[in-house]
Amino acid sequence: MIKLILQRLALAFLTLATVCVLVFGVTEALPGDVCTAFLGRDAQGTRLENCRQQRNLDQPALQRFATWSAGVFQGDLGTSLKRDKPINDLVANRMRNTAALGLGAALIGIPMAILLGVLAALRRDRTPDMVISGGSIFAMTIPEFVTATLLIYIFAIQLQWFPAITTVRHSAPLSELIPNIILPMVTLALVMMAHILRMVRSSMIDVMASDFVQMARLKGVPYWRIVFIHALPSAMLPAINIIALTIAWLLGGVVIIEQVFNYPGIGTLMIRAIYDRDLPLVQAIALILAAVYVLCNLLADLASLALNPRLRSAR
Amino acid sequence: MHNSILHVQDFSLGYRNRAGDLVSVLRHINLEIRQGESIGLVGESGCGKSTLALAMMAFLRGGSEVISGQIDFHGGNLFTLSSAKLASLRGGKVGLIPQNAGQSLTPTMKIEAQLTEALRLHSNVPSKQWRQRAIELLQQVRLPAPEAMLARYPHQLSGGQQQRVAIAMALAGNPELLVLDEPTTGLDVTTQAHILELLRSLRLEMGMTMVFVSHDLGAVARISDRIAVMYAGEIIELGRCADVLRTPAHPYTQSLLRAIPRLDAKGLPPSLAGYPPKVGSVTQGCAFAARCQHATGQCQQDAQLLPHKEQWVRCHHVGQLPASNTVVSHLVPPTKQNADTLLDIRELQISYHKPGFFEQLRNRPAPVATVDDIDLTLKQGQTLALVGESGSGKSTIMKAISGIQTPSQGQIQLQQADLNQPVEKRDRQLKRKVQMIFQNPDASLNPRHTVLEILQQPLRLYFGLNNTECRQRAAELLQLVRLAPHYLDRMPGQLSGGEKQRVAIARCFAGDPELVLCDEVTSALDVSVQAAVLKLLKELQQEKGVTYLFIAHDLAVVKALADEVAVLYQGRLCQVGSVEAVFGGYQHPYTCALLNAVLQPDPDHAPQLCGDDTAEQHPPAQGCAYQRRCTLAEPRCRQATPPWQQVGGNRIRCHLSLDELSSRNGMPMLIDAANF
Repeated sequence: MIKLILQRLALAFLTLATVCVLVFGVTEALPGDVCTAFLGRDAQGTRLENCRQQRNLDQPALQRFATWSAGVFQGDLGTSLKRDKPINDLVANRMRNTAALGLGAALIGIPMAILLGVLAALRRDRTPDMVISGGSIFAMTIPEFVTATLLIYIFAIQLQWFPAITTVRHSAPLSELIPNIILPMVTLALVMMAHILRMVRSSMIDVMASDFVQMARLKGVPYWRIVFIHALPSAMLPAINIIALTIAWLLGGVVIIEQVFNYPGIGTLMIRAIYDRDLPLVQAIALILAAVYVLCNLLADLASLALNPRLRSAR
Repeated sequence: MHNSILHVQDFSLGYRNRAGDLVSVLRHINLEIRQGESIGLVGESGCGKSTLALAMMAFLRGGSEVISGQIDFHGGNLFTLSSAKLASLRGGKVGLIPQNAGQSLTPTMKIEAQLTEALRLHSNVPSKQWRQRAIELLQQVRLPAPEAMLARYPHQLSGGQQQRVAIAMALAGNPELLVLDEPTTGLDVTTQAHILELLRSLRLEMGMTMVFVSHDLGAVARISDRIAVMYAGEIIELGRCADVLRTPAHPYTQSLLRAIPRLDAKGLPPSLAGYPPKVGSVTQGCAFAARCQHATGQCQQDAQLLPHKEQWVRCHHVGQLPASNTVVSHLVPPTKQNADTLLDIRELQISYHKPGFFEQLRNRPAPVATVDDIDLTLKQGQTLALVGESGSGKSTIMKAISGIQTPSQGQIQLQQADLNQPVEKRDRQLKRKVQMIFQNPDASLNPRHTVLEILQQPLRLYFGLNNTECRQRAAELLQLVRLAPHYLDRMPGQLSGGEKQRVAIARCFAGDPELVLCDEVTSALDVSVQAAVLKLLKELQQEKGVTYLFIAHDLAVVKALADEVAVLYQGRLCQVGSVEAVFGGYQHPYTCALLNAVLQPDPDHAPQLCGDDTAEQHPPAQGCAYQRRCTLAEPRCRQATPPWQQVGGNRIRCHLSLDELSSRNGMPMLIDAANF
């Protein structure tokens, strides 16, 4: 069990190291750098060289990679080329904002999705199932920026309950973000729920037809207890991986949704960094997102272990 | 009248098919179960026995509805109870012991949680004593180390242990009526005998009423006072256990009893023509008429269940039939004595363990091989049966021969060809020579291919036939397995179990094989169909001269079909010899334990339990493989690998001398229930 966790951790570390190399390599392979982006198309001659020298860009790529990765190892993500500030400072607040958004969406979305999925499974092919399944297919098919725009139209423009876009600075305390965070959070939660819900529904239908559920019924176990104690843990097993994948998707979705709502999170920062060819910043954000992704999968594996005694005692 | 506990009155049950027609599964069942009585419901698959048993707990499978009648428990109709009353009855006064305990225990809950749940719901044991009571229950079902058992999950137990836990769970509610739905199906012979003895002794101790559902008349004979034989949703014969088994009155019961292979008979049992009808296909007249040799025009009308001597029988001709005789002359086909060796296995060792990188570095000793030290020869045109409990390595050896699992040591040779190479590396001719028939035709036939497409594949692959040739040859193959040519365009889903297995046999013979590996080929089939399939296999062998390597858990089937028997325990050979020698001559203690555990459809036959039924995880590192369970084990059995002893064609691997074996095996140590 502990051996298994250590193995997974080592694997996660290896994945992150690979991500480091890949991210550095890909950004390096792109034509142009921060100086050409900064100085414009006609950047040449001494101005360009000075700019490059200032930012150590004249050093060989390998050497830069070594310095950078050594910094990452010590928790220093480097310095933004465009903004001339430590990346750690730039990222900290925005990371907090995005985490609040993502966690909020997950905390609302996942339990709701599980409950609705179970409800749809138990009322299979009847009205509640039709409504829930139909709704989830609808939420799955339309892209998240359309959902976002739709929500803005209804709740911000028509009803005027929430602001349409965020105008607060990234460093504002969380409490000031609260009215702004609601709409992006709902958008994220909606799309995420659809996938999880459908998975929970189908695996719950399978489990409710299994021998041990029939046995629990014939043992006189009350209905709600059969559903939540006997059936749900087994039904959650296939759903957990979907949840992990969905959260991973959420990381990509967050970039788009933050952009739509002008939310001061890591996604908006990343898009700006790409515009600016601010390679260290892009690298740092890509690495953070990859780390979150790996962490989610690790948590999903651990959750499967917790739910499935077969996996736990296999070795 | 007398104190009846459960009364089934004119009970009919059915479901609506897609067309909206009512398909009846049970038709006008009348059955009264008295307090303390044990009644056996027997019949073949689809006869409605499990449906009836579950209806006794007011449980209907999805979509089913009661068409007529009712089932009373202590005088109250079960189907009018409120759901709360029903919930307290189920698992309480009426307990269920399910067919497949492994799948019926919730996989994510520990044994303790599942037992205390039953106690909480159905007993007034205070919560502080739940754990204590759970331990008592596990002791009552004779599980070793009950406290450790509580902390385990179902998958950590063996099949027999899971079944015992399921029994303990039913006992937790202090049931008056116990419904047992095929409780021993799928278990090893020895485990089955142990579970049946446990149920018998529980019945004597607690005076419980039991409804025992089984397709196995041998198991029913051990437990039941009365037997109800079911066919196509009706009870066709009802009477005292001994009467029904000794003097069956209904033609179906008679032919069913005859079709069961027996240890004390020679050769193949006579088979029953045809197949059991599909659920709901019979609506009028005697359901058995189509397969009955005594059928007349009168049988087109419904027959009533009427008393005949001591029994109740549903047959127009009861009493006019020739006197039934269960001891019948079994068919004994002549066996060819061909001296050429076809398959030669030398010092075969198979290990599933592959040392990892770190293990190689640390130079750890590899775990004991799954299968080791197998020497077998198989002569052309003969049948060798591998017998042993689950986990004894039978299937592993078959996998090695078929090339799915590469042996780690030793030699397998088919005439001059080397069978050590994996199946991908064998040439087409060698592949053709070794064919396989699987246990479950539902799983081994592609459900989306027609029978023709299924048979075409080997014909194209091995003989390169074109379409018209294929069709012609496929029709011949169907004829070979006694199926009409119009089956060519059917899908497996449209065939019955027996027909599907015939198609699987036809596919196997399409390659014109020399060695056929038969993996439990009849265990998924009903008894009445099994006899016909065994007969077919025997006839094909005589016609084509093929050699069979046969795996079966049913020793009576082995006796009927095989020429040679190899007894395996934990991947090691215990005994090899001719059928006559193994079943009737000197026996290895394990052979003896297996044979003594066999159930017979005979009210006077009691299995004898030698040793316990603990399932072992790994074979011992040294000494005799069977040392841990052997009742005759001595210190030397734990240290040295026993030598082979040979008498005629009979090889036994045991430290004890043949004389010691014959004198001590004669009195197997009976496990006395009271000693626990």
